Amino acid sequence: MTNRRTGLFSLRLLAAFAVTALTVAPASAQTRETAQGLTPTAPAARTIIVASKPFGESYLLAEMFAQLLERAGRRVERKPGLGATEVAFSALRTGAIDVYPEYVGTGLVAILGDSVTAAMRADPRVAYAHVATASRRRFGVHWLPPLGFQNGYAIAVRREIATTHRLRTLSDLAASPARLVAGFTSDFIGRNDGWPGLRAAYGLRLGDVRPLAPAVKYEAIGRGAVDIIDGYATDGLLAKYDLVTLEDDRHFFPPYEAAALASARLMRDDPGAIAALTALSGRLTEAGMREWNRAIEVDGRAVPDVARAALAAAGLAADGETARSVSLGAAPRDGFWPFFVARRAETLRLAAEHMRLVLIALSLAIVVAVPLALAIISRPRMAELVLQALGVVQTIPGLALLAFMIPLLGIGTLPAIVALWGYALLPIARSTIAGLRIADPDALAAVDAMGATRRQSLLWVRLPLAAPVVLSGIRTAAVLTVGTATLAAFIGGGGLGEPIVTGLGLADMRLVLSGAIPAAVLAILVDALLAQVERFVTPVHLR
Amino acid sequence: MPPVLTATGVTVRYGSVTALDDVSATVPAGGLLALVGESGSGKTSLLRCFNRMVQPAAGLVLVDGADVRTSDTVTLRRRIGYVPQNGGLLPHWTIARNVALVPRLNGRADADLLAAAALERCGLPAGRFGARYPHELSGGQRQRAAIARALAASQDVLLLDESFSALDAISRHELLEAFLTLRRELAFTAVLVTHDLGEAARLADTIAVMRAGRIEQCAPLATLRDAPATPYVAALLHRAQAAAQVLAAP
Repeated sequence: MTNRRTGLFSLRLLAAFAVTALTVAPASAQTRETAQGLTPTAPAARTIIVASKPFGESYLLAEMFAQLLERAGRRVERKPGLGATEVAFSALRTGAIDVYPEYVGTGLVAILGDSVTAAMRADPRVAYAHVATASRRRFGVHWLPPLGFQNGYAIAVRREIATTHRLRTLSDLAASPARLVAGFTSDFIGRNDGWPGLRAAYGLRLGDVRPLAPAVKYEAIGRGAVDIIDGYATDGLLAKYDLVTLEDDRHFFPPYEAAALASARLMRDDPGAIAALTALSGRLTEAGMREWNRAIEVDGRAVPDVARAALAAAGLAADGETARSVSLGAAPRDGFWPFFVARRAETLRLAAEHMRLVLIALSLAIVVAVPLALAIISRPRMAELVLQALGVVQTIPGLALLAFMIPLLGIGTLPAIVALWGYALLPIARSTIAGLRIADPDALAAVDAMGATRRQSLLWVRLPLAAPVVLSGIRTAAVLTVGTATLAAFIGGGGLGEPIVTGLGLADMRLVLSGAIPAAVLAILVDALLAQVERFVTPVHLR
Repeated sequence: MPPVLTATGVTVRYGSVTALDDVSATVPAGGLLALVGESGSGKTSLLRCFNRMVQPAAGLVLVDGADVRTSDTVTLRRRIGYVPQNGGLLPHWTIARNVALVPRLNGRADADLLAAAALERCGLPAGRFGARYPHELSGGQRQRAAIARALAASQDVLLLDESFSALDAISRHELLEAFLTLRRELAFTAVLVTHDLGEAARLADTIAVMRAGRIEQCAPLATLRDAPATPYVAALLHRAQAAAQVLAAP
């Protein structure tokens, strides 16, 4: 009977989503187990998780770590481009990752929250010793010996401005009447070792300070939209855009020596891996790094190739290689289309991963939000409170929610799903409540008056009549989730956000687009598919 | 033998508003009591006390001698047919399925047969109308279906809540005739809420004129006409007669 089928359809739909969630969820739980290394295997056989923060040099150093570990016979899992300092560090502290490249100054100010002493400014070794000891004591994590170069903040201006205003040092800038427009990263604007401290130390005055994403600040200064930016000393893009770095003549910035930061567990379980990583200590130079970073950020070389070349140049060539044999030749950059076509298999894999995240999060949101709405529908005040609470979740910025989740759930798929689930609850719960409220009161009253039980009235009348509105909420949530799921990449959750994050970090728009375009297409497809489902569950009298 | 309905000293309050104030009424077995009055007179509240959709603050409501408060609500309601003003048919169900509601709630295997029989009785042949949806029927046909639904499970009590009020004159006339035929064929006790004295006069044995939560007078039409108990009843009757004369005038 067709009418019976229509009546029960919304329930079937729920059941189908629930089954999907149940069959897919164990797989993700398993992934997490391996990722966290909870499987009881010999230490040497355990996969070592190497992570990085989302910018070029961090990708490069992490890849060098990974290659060194692989040569030492370790299995390595790469988790590049984790959020920012908070995300990467809490992942390391909680053992969700094993090692990532970090900078002593960041460790001192952003992680430990300590201030820079005169002794530290005078001698980087003092800073390193303090940070290494305090980090071990407070968090149980280990700084391996520094890699040999510093990558501190570099305040850079366009060459013409440096020339016009005769700027060489930050003191020159403080003394100059020029009112420059700054484009600083929000990280730099907020940190004590960033703009607030720098302004106080030099008495600097600027015309305006605009927050800019790391990926766009060079583009912005290159086009003249801003005059002055914060960069890193070894950024390859400093050279590309012909920028002049203003010397920190008062030594405001703490020493930013780069080093590998290793988890307590890696230190305890695998001294061989630590030894392999330590081989790189003291072997890298600022000039060298600038060159390698430029190869990645400006020339668009692949990170693994540059890492191999950099290792060889540092005297750590793999067996059968020489520094010369891996030197980088000319590498013309493909246009977007050939690049996109060449990546299609990877894009499909990421799209599948993306949809898996979306499906699990959405299914779980449905099986929670719909019954929740049913439970509170007859208590309007309670309903309002619950919707407000879900609204609060909605206002938490995606990255903040993800960062907040790391201490509880680690990194990877699980916290990403939980965050997406949290965002999907509101539209579904709200639409379910709205749908239940619009159901024809005459019909409801008649069914009650004729002796339907609560359950019968719910299943036969309320839900089927509410179905199209509920579905429209699910549709909104689905499209939202497809978009938000790109953030999962910041905590190693995979999906189409991966090329977006990496592309932003490497200033490679082709990479960004190869994630963003399929994500947009997915959102459109999901919307169109659910529009069909919505038509199907719409009761016959409304069609 | 259909049941007797009794309300004794029933008071109903909605917050601080008293909708029914110490009201008593009895419908004998097989009788039809019409509750007539303006909006807010309490007629619908009284009707709904019989199937417990309204809970009195005081007083006793008996269906077939049993206190409705001690009866199982679901069982009670399945025995009592209910016909709201707009039919209250489920818009997403076919007419056949709507009419089979109570037999289906009772889990009866012959629900479809019962529904078809009830539709036939109400002048909607199941073969022609059963597969249609409510929005594909006229207002009169929908009310017929609603009455069929209220009778499909051999209910012997009918609560008619302005069931004929929203129809055009011709459909309404036809439906009243059909209802009278049904009453002759089937034995049921009924309560009709209406604001139209003419309709009450046509269908009911006894008419209770209600005003401000009280019954002004409860009697057959002839008594209301010949011996109105209050000026309000007299005025009501007078107005209805005047209206009828206007229409009857040559």
